[in-house]
Amino acid sequence: MTRWPRAFALFCYEFAVGDTPELAIGVGLVIVATWALAGKHSPLGFWFIPAAVTLLLAVSLWRGAVTKART
Amino acid sequence: MTATLLIALAVFGASAVETVEALTIVVAAGLTRGWRSALEGAAAAFGCLVVVVAVFGPTLVNYVPINVLRVVVGSLLLVLGLQWLRKAILRATGYRPKHDEDAIYHREVERLSGPPRTQSGRDAIGFTISFKGVLLEGMEIVMIVLTLGLSSGHLLVASSAALAAVILVAAVGVLVSRQLREVPENAMKLAVGLMLVSFGSFWGGQGAGVSWPGADLSLLGLLAGYAVVTWLAIRFLGQAGSGPVQVVG
Repeated sequence: MTRWPRAFALFCYEFAVGDTPELAIGVGLVIVATWALAGKHSPLGFWFIPAAVTLLLAVSLWRGAVTKART
Repeated sequence: MTATLLIALAVFGASAVETVEALTIVVAAGLTRGWRSALEGAAAAFGCLVVVVAVFGPTLVNYVPINVLRVVVGSLLLVLGLQWLRKAILRATGYRPKHDEDAIYHREVERLSGPPRTQSGRDAIGFTISFKGVLLEGMEIVMIVLTLGLSSGHLLVASSAALAAVILVAAVGVLVSRQLREVPENAMKLAVGLMLVSFGSFWGGQGAGVSWPGADLSLLGLLAGYAVVTWLAIRFLGQAGSGPVQVVG
């Protein structure tokens, strides 16, 4: 009976995290930081997401390239 | 109008990519274990996916506040879009082997060429492989349909675009049979990844309280900005050099 929920939880983990935990954690932090910035009616809010997402992608690509270079 | 068109394109592209992957498994199961079981497995999985959309779609719309939905959906789209974009960039620059449907097909055929099927024409292995393949790939389509459709309030547009992609890819798959490698999967993954990241940024930000300048039109700005970043990343990683590009399944 516990097989289906377990399999579904495993699928969700693979779907959202997989082999790129830095992306899942990073996106969570970006959204929280955006909420903090926009919550204070800061004009910085709208450019923060694209800038942070670009940085996140760069870090993840660097990690992917370094991992490949090591293997 | 801009957002609706982008949603339809994003869902269509993502669904087409996932359908190609599912179709590879169904064709492999059909040719080795018999078409009856493979098609029954695919149909059963398709039925399950329809039930998931029918149950979760209206439930989420009616009971979850729109801003909460946008933050959750935006975050999910950002993660998924960044995963696709990362994979496509690494594949385009040779840091990761290209996805080859032909190799996957041959691997599946080899794996399934085992014990004979039953006299009734039904085969449990063929059914299960086909069911799991369609259910897993289809679940990704369902996630994208639900997230994009619900956040924008265009669930019908998203569902129709997904259905159109599934029908088109299935029809083309039947015509070309095993030549699924001709599908430019990496280019599609790159384009869809860009769209998912743009929508994720837009809705995640909106849910967190950001007022985007130009409302929906800022989606085009986000798309253009991320496209430039992707182009620069491909150029930079391409120049960094990574040796010959491998192709595996």
